[in-house]
Amino acid sequence: MVRLITSPIDTQEAAESVRTPESGGIDVFIGTTRNQSRGRAVLALDYEAYEPMALKVMALLEREACDRWPLQRVTIVHRLGRVEVGETSVVVAVSSAHRKEAFEACRFLIDRLKQDVPIWKREYFADGSIEWSGEHCEPLSLTKLEE
Amino acid sequence: MKVTIRLFSVAKDLAGFREREIELPDPSNVSDVMTMLDGVDSRFADWRKVFRLAVNQEYVSEDHPLENGDEVAVIPPVSGG
Repeated sequence: MVRLITSPIDTQEAAESVRTPESGGIDVFIGTTRNQSRGRAVLALDYEAYEPMALKVMALLEREACDRWPLQRVTIVHRLGRVEVGETSVVVAVSSAHRKEAFEACRFLIDRLKQDVPIWKREYFADGSIEWSGEHCEPLSLTKLEE
Repeated sequence: MKVTIRLFSVAKDLAGFREREIELPDPSNVSDVMTMLDGVDSRFADWRKVFRLAVNQEYVSEDHPLENGDEVAVIPPVSGG
């Protein structure tokens, strides 16, 4: 199950959603907003997505994980919009008969989500600047940001 | 043919728009859309090498041929999670 939501993520609900009688282990990854990035104090992150494609890619990753490991259930929930320091931005939960597969599949899913899912975050720094965050490139700081 | 361009993150800020329908000659491919965007803002060309492209919500390469009604998205380096 994959979801994009704009309200706070219920991590307990996400974890419980993968529990089944056949599962011996549930692995849950919770991504949270850190108070600093690249040495500067952060107040919040703001996530935007190419929503239909983000859901499509998340579903493909879920299918790939289920093909590679014997999983009972997968839940991926990503929050969009403003996420304050300390709040949860993403939850990945998987269940499997044995813990080895649960650990491996959960790690695979968050690693691949961070590479392939079309979601972007803006970092709101304490010094008032706002920058897009991005791997493999220098973040671009712009004065005219579309709200 | 008509295609819809959707831009996100830095691509949206550089070009100054989120979404636009454009006319292209037939045949055209994704590279033709990128060349058109290079003309909108000169910085776009510098960023082009790190942008990924999608047509109808699937990643494609620049030589992917386009059809009438396609949705082309410019995908800057992602930062979800």
